[in-house]
Amino acid sequence: MNAVTPTAAADALIACRGLHKWYSGVHALKGIDLDIRAGEVLGLVGDNGAGKSTLIKCLSGVETPDDGTIAVEGRTVRIGTPKRAMRLGIETIHQYNSMVPTMSIARNLFIGREPVRFGLGGVGLMDQRRMRREAVAALRDVDLHLRSADALVGELSGGQRQGVAIARAMHFRSRLLILDEPTNHLSVKETEKVLGFTRGLPAQGVTGIFISHNMHHVLETCDRVVAMARGEIVLDRRVADVGIDELHAVL
Amino acid sequence: MSDTTDTTAPPATRRPDRGRRLLKVYLEKPELAGLVLLVALVAFFQLRSDGVFLSEANLRGILGILPEVGLVAVGVTILMIAGEFDLSVGSVFALMPMSVTLLLNEGVPFAGAMLLGLGVCACVGVVNGVVTMRFAIPSFITTLGMLFVARSLTVVISGGFPPLLPLDIPSWLFTQFVGPVRLSMLWFVGIAVLLGLMLTRTNLGNWIRATGGNLEAAKSMGIPVQRVKLFCFVLCSMLAGLAGTIQVFRLGSPLPSLGEGLELQAVAAAVIGGTALAGGIGTVLGGVIGAVLLRVIDNGLVLTRVDANWFKFAVGTLLILAVVSNAWLRKTARRLKVET
Repeated sequence: MNAVTPTAAADALIACRGLHKWYSGVHALKGIDLDIRAGEVLGLVGDNGAGKSTLIKCLSGVETPDDGTIAVEGRTVRIGTPKRAMRLGIETIHQYNSMVPTMSIARNLFIGREPVRFGLGGVGLMDQRRMRREAVAALRDVDLHLRSADALVGELSGGQRQGVAIARAMHFRSRLLILDEPTNHLSVKETEKVLGFTRGLPAQGVTGIFISHNMHHVLETCDRVVAMARGEIVLDRRVADVGIDELHAVL
Repeated sequence: MSDTTDTTAPPATRRPDRGRRLLKVYLEKPELAGLVLLVALVAFFQLRSDGVFLSEANLRGILGILPEVGLVAVGVTILMIAGEFDLSVGSVFALMPMSVTLLLNEGVPFAGAMLLGLGVCACVGVVNGVVTMRFAIPSFITTLGMLFVARSLTVVISGGFPPLLPLDIPSWLFTQFVGPVRLSMLWFVGIAVLLGLMLTRTNLGNWIRATGGNLEAAKSMGIPVQRVKLFCFVLCSMLAGLAGTIQVFRLGSPLPSLGEGLELQAVAAAVIGGTALAGGIGTVLGGVIGAVLLRVIDNGLVLTRVDANWFKFAVGTLLILAVVSNAWLRKTARRLKVET
């Protein structure tokens, strides 16, 4: 674990210590120590099976690490479920599409977090007017201009869908936004837009983790780059201090 | 088409445009095709039968039995929207009235017997759901097993001899005629409206559709997909049981063979009403329309003196047509996704 101090940095938003994860005999995470500092965009790179996705799943509550701790702002937490991760301000934009194509944009934006009137035991009438209004505002906030929030997500292009996913994450005031290969299947222009948005995260007070196979994208967008291989961190450096050849060499 | 990011891309050619528009109509109003077909068939039978089809006496015949098929169809529709199947509804349709009748004959009060009967159905639904999800097997198989289990239970508890309903129970709550319909119709309409509102207006409805529409997305957004599916399994079983009980109140005695083949009719009604086999698409109204269509065909064939044995032929043809157009739209959807 070169370059990582054993005690959490004072400004660490998220601090992982000794994270281990086994999948039926495969040791996917071998004691990950990682600080994600508030206000940075961290690039996470590595070949398929290097453990990036597993690490992200632990942070977004999809998987629970078998050993080790995760602390948010110095407080050790058990994330456990996606819902709890969201409540802690950790939003994830997955590489697979996390939208329901047969539902409207407004409904997709609020999936699982619908504003409810007269609720009983967590179930109740949705405040659809509010959902529509806030959805339009949320789309505008990420500079996505769609005709209406009632359009079905299935009608949108890949880039527009990613835009809706970003709008969703931003609307719920995430503190940490994880973008898991967000530019897969996007056109060049759409990719530029997503990269520009990622660069602008710190200005909006949001910390980012950006995962990509494209080293150029990572070097363009991130402040710091962490490379993983075989379940371990093999490089952790400021982007300014690392060259693309060096990145390729460690992977 | 990929260079416009901010507005829905204007179609470059006519063909995908038409596909897209059809797809949009289907996604937003999946029951529309069924509704058009229903209107056409009603008009056809009305003409062919010299106006007898829509007479009050005949409407009684059509609508009197509708709630019994309709409740089952609505339950199956909602479960299918959540992405699961239930083939055991026909057996549960017989199991609940058999349990209720036996309980009544043991001296259990009416309300208590009904509640216990619904409880039995709920248990069937829980077993269907838990086995399906716990062992990650297709609900098609789980509920096929339950079809036999519940049917067998019904025959066993009946003792092989159909018991009679006591005469002093308030079964008029369901069987009394008001105008051309029985009270059971009001129950059916009330329940269907409530469930329709649940599906379209509540967050639970949103979760049901999301669970069937994209399971991975629903999970990653923190929706309790297992509990959502379990709810739909239980709801489906309870509606099937209630429907069977209503039928027995009308007939007076619970036959152990009640509802045989009903599971397939219910699935047919749901699919003809626009519910997608893969989940995520469908409406309660669609399920109702599908059930009405089945009744209209059944009745219309008799009225127009066509050999009634054509009924299954007609239903089967419709079902296949519905599924084929369903598959075509899905393919169109995939092609559009690639193009944009």
